[in-house]
Amino acid sequence: MANNGSYIYYPGCSLQATAHAYEESMLAVGKHLGLTFDEIDDWNCCGATEYFSVEALPAYSLVARNLSLAEKMDGNRDVVAACSACFLNLRKTNDYMAKFPDLNKQVNQALAAGGLSFEPGKLKVRHLLDIIVQDIGYQQIKDKVTKPLSGMKVAPYYGCLIVRPETGYNTEYPTHLDELMVTLGASVVDFPMKTHCCGGHMTQISEETAYELIRRLHQNASDYGADAIVTLCPMCQLNLDAYQSEVNRMFGTNFNMPVLFFTQLMGLAFGLGEQELGLGSEIVPAAPALSKIGTVEEPKERARPKRQDKQALPMPPMDSRGGQS
Amino acid sequence: MPHTSRNGLYEQVMAETPGGEALTMCLQCGTCGGSCPSGADMDSSPRRLFALLMAHMDEDVLESNTPWYCVSCYFCTVRCPQDIPITDLMYTIKQKAIRAGKYHEDSHADFSESFIGYVERFGRSFEFGLATRYHLTHRPLSMVRKGGLGFNMIRKGRLNTTPEKIKNLPQLTAILDEAKRIARQEGS
Amino acid sequence: MSEEKIGVYVCHCGHNIAGTVNVEDVAVWASDLPGVTVARDYKFMCSSLGQELIEEDIKKQGLTRVVVAACSPHMHEPTFRGACSRAGLNPYLFEMANIREHASWVHQDDKPAATEKAKSIISGAVSRARELEPLEAFQAPIHQTTMVVGGGIAGINAALEIANAGFKVILVEREPSIGGHMAQFDKTFPTLDCSACILTPKMFDVGNHPNIELLTYSEVEKVDGYVGNFTVRVRKKARKIDVDLCTGCGDCWERCPAKVVDYVYEAGLGYRTAVYRPFPQAVPKYPVIDPDTCIYFKNGRCKACEKFCPTNAIRFDQEDEVIVATVGNIVLATGYDVFDARRLPQYGYGRLANVFTSMEFERMTNASGPTNGKIVLRDGVTQPESVAILHCIGSRDKNTNEYCSATCCMAALKFAHLVKEKTGAEVYNFYIDMRTAFKDYEKFYNRLMEEGTHFIRGRAAEVTDAARKPDEAGKLVVQAEDTLIGKQRRIPVDMVILMAGMEPRHDSQEVAHRFGIGCSDAGFFTESHAKMDPVATMSPGIFIAGTCQGPKDIPASVSQGEAAAARVLSLIGRGQVEIEPVRARIDEDRCSGCRICNNLCPYHAIDFIGELGVSRVNPALCKGCGTCVAACPSQVIEGQHYTFDSIMAQIEGLLWDVRPSGKEKVTFLEMEPA
Repeated sequence: MANNGSYIYYPGCSLQATAHAYEESMLAVGKHLGLTFDEIDDWNCCGATEYFSVEALPAYSLVARNLSLAEKMDGNRDVVAACSACFLNLRKTNDYMAKFPDLNKQVNQALAAGGLSFEPGKLKVRHLLDIIVQDIGYQQIKDKVTKPLSGMKVAPYYGCLIVRPETGYNTEYPTHLDELMVTLGASVVDFPMKTHCCGGHMTQISEETAYELIRRLHQNASDYGADAIVTLCPMCQLNLDAYQSEVNRMFGTNFNMPVLFFTQLMGLAFGLGEQELGLGSEIVPAAPALSKIGTVEEPKERARPKRQDKQALPMPPMDSRGGQS
Repeated sequence: MPHTSRNGLYEQVMAETPGGEALTMCLQCGTCGGSCPSGADMDSSPRRLFALLMAHMDEDVLESNTPWYCVSCYFCTVRCPQDIPITDLMYTIKQKAIRAGKYHEDSHADFSESFIGYVERFGRSFEFGLATRYHLTHRPLSMVRKGGLGFNMIRKGRLNTTPEKIKNLPQLTAILDEAKRIARQEGS
Repeated sequence: MSEEKIGVYVCHCGHNIAGTVNVEDVAVWASDLPGVTVARDYKFMCSSLGQELIEEDIKKQGLTRVVVAACSPHMHEPTFRGACSRAGLNPYLFEMANIREHASWVHQDDKPAATEKAKSIISGAVSRARELEPLEAFQAPIHQTTMVVGGGIAGINAALEIANAGFKVILVEREPSIGGHMAQFDKTFPTLDCSACILTPKMFDVGNHPNIELLTYSEVEKVDGYVGNFTVRVRKKARKIDVDLCTGCGDCWERCPAKVVDYVYEAGLGYRTAVYRPFPQAVPKYPVIDPDTCIYFKNGRCKACEKFCPTNAIRFDQEDEVIVATVGNIVLATGYDVFDARRLPQYGYGRLANVFTSMEFERMTNASGPTNGKIVLRDGVTQPESVAILHCIGSRDKNTNEYCSATCCMAALKFAHLVKEKTGAEVYNFYIDMRTAFKDYEKFYNRLMEEGTHFIRGRAAEVTDAARKPDEAGKLVVQAEDTLIGKQRRIPVDMVILMAGMEPRHDSQEVAHRFGIGCSDAGFFTESHAKMDPVATMSPGIFIAGTCQGPKDIPASVSQGEAAAARVLSLIGRGQVEIEPVRARIDEDRCSGCRICNNLCPYHAIDFIGELGVSRVNPALCKGCGTCVAACPSQVIEGQHYTFDSIMAQIEGLLWDVRPSGKEKVTFLEMEPA
């Protein structure tokens, strides 16, 4: 296993507040899989999208302090972030400093004022989901599943910043969360909006803008028959969950869609307790969706593909990742 | 670098954005405007904003609400056929508008400023403080309705009512102050 | 110091050189260089008056060396060598100094420096000219047979032109039939005449031409030799059919139980059998058995084709055949690949059933295609009421291909017309720029506007099936900014056609290497000169035609095929070709026989003569690259025209101004090997 199962962990503000359920379930699942997450001592906020809107250099410097602290920790381990915005800011600062020498010089000059320095490009910043699917792998996860999520239909929601700008995954239509959910025994609905925006900070400053974006996502997930939306970002979870009633009020809709973290579903499939997975902290209760688990027998074999209509034209072949085969 | 000796807003925005010089290659194809999830609320599409910028219509650019409605989804950036770092350019235009004091009244630049105010004071963000303060100034009415939501969040342990503070705040302050000093020096 | 009489001619090249380099000053300065008898500047040295100037000076002043300071030797070395020849001077005593590409063009912002650099370049050329030796070009006979590689419309026309002139052609095609992409098309723009109707007579002519040897289902494996005398090794893949017995009756494929999707001819929209003929008008008419899909080759049972073949022509045990041909010239017309639209997932191809590629649509609208020409959705029955056509898919995009594919705008107009004509559906074109250059194309664009096609100026951002409003439910929604309005629009449609661009063949780099020609970064073959020599390559005797050189439409491909044929015929007509005498020569008396050069030679031109214990260069194969010259540990290999002395003299000349004083003499001490 890469990193020998040990990672440098950057929690970010949300994971210890609005998304404490994410951190709890992440740590519980990590323990079950034999992973250790060493938290960066005295880390600070990544600045979210706000700091970059006001001043660029202090924004990069703010992020670079965390990278510098991480660099000083032992070993050639990767830095893992579970929040997509933190992941982006850490990754972007690391990449840009490596790519643009002037920026690197200026940020290091600022860091020096605090007695720190950072050599960009050596550390690797990764998202929690990437570690789960790449370093652990679907097979090992499948082996740990004791309570398959069969009967539950989930819409895998990636949001923006885990795939954009380029991370190596499909920037429009990734499938690794889909595959993970299938590995856990859940069924996955096609979710064309899977990488569209949750509204971000617009919930705070322009409700009309944000609620329309949230509505589109719930509309799409409902249209495709999902019991729950599964996500990997605290901001996405907050916006889709906490503002759902506001969206219903604004548009006269009647969504009742629980929004869960993928780590919570992993924990359930591994047989961990709801309490240690932070279940119950969601605003739209997940209980009705979770009650569907086990209501459908796990299909023994892959169902035979339906015999194609004689007149129908063949579809272009795709590989499992939705790319060209 | 752009083929012009002028140093207007257009040139400054490119120079202050890592990789920003790609903007000279804009085809005006509209992929950014077509991709934008919040495009409907913008007074100019991103494409049009760049056209205004390239035409040196600086006032129109600085006063536009467009960058303030950018949700940082990066769809435009990854789809742009000319590899223009559009999202990053939006950030730079916001910074320029704040510095020029000309930003759109809908811009909510003060939200960003409040956010970083907490970050600078504590080293961490403080959602409860931010939400209450921002809403009290901007939407006192919605505050009443949203009180329920806030209460729910507190009840579920999702909203800390006191801010977290990092240990070595002086170090962070020193770094940020130095960064601001360098930025001012570069800008002058 | 030198008894040579050197003439130096500084070309203005209009404004190209004179605009940056002070050519008058340079000419005056050059007249003082040692050995220079005459130095002149002139507006266009390459003009006939310019050339006459040189010829006159050679005759009247008895020049023994000529230096022209102008453009690249790639451009005009042959021109000035010709002038020298005509005046009776050995052409290899001419030297070109490139002060355009190497000075004026690259230093436009610094005129004094460009002028100084031009002086250095000329000084080097003059010094080198002094060391030149007269050489005689080789004469090589041209083998009269030509090989054409690729049986699309460009290759077909090249082959027919040459064959009609009375010379033999070997036409090699990778697929089981000739015809290329044009055989897949339904109508052709802008006249809308039927593609098959204008193509199949030519295919028939190729198949029946007494001067054309057709090798289909075949690929070139190896090329040796040089202009006039190439040896080409072709692998003829086993058809598993005895073509002497086969009548092309079709009993075999009608009985074949293995149905597979045909990704080549039908572009994935239709099926074929394991034993198949790509299309009814295929040339040759014989089928092939595809061993990858044939049931017999998979599990040893079936043989239905063999059972039903009335002439016993099935040969499961047929092996590949290797053919070695000697040809004088080669025309490459290997065509293009269609961009794989799955690389742009925002358009949903492969995920959203009713998103089609342009090639799929060609097959669909073709009367002999999978739907018999009916325009229908993926279900095979429903006729669309609205269709969106998206331009620039995999073109003009740094994420995929930066270049414009040149044909898609017109093909999109053609599709819009066909959709309108056959279904009456509303058609929306999403474009960045409409590119309808060339004869009668704009007229066609106007016609489409008259027909009421919608044109939305904006590159489509995405195609989605996620409905936002009730009227979008069950539709594909194309989202784009209408840049002329400045607003985002969502157009719900039943069908989307992606105008996929042209790409170099996936193996074009490999093929270029095999034939020893250049290839752009993108993978299109490089012509000798973009404007003045578009079908020749830097390898004499190898020509290129059609889309392997860059995106182009049918008329342009046909023109290039015929142009390549004309170039071949002119060489054949000449009967023999002059080959540059720039060759390596081994001093056999001093060769130690170490054989290091033998294996380093990229052209296998050096043989070891066992009985003498020395290596010897075969001048017919040697390309004068100099690898062996540099590698020889005894320094006994000399590159003719690029001798040690001439190169050292040129370096010394280039550095004329860096000597401590202009008069100081620099002596190079060279020790003989011990």
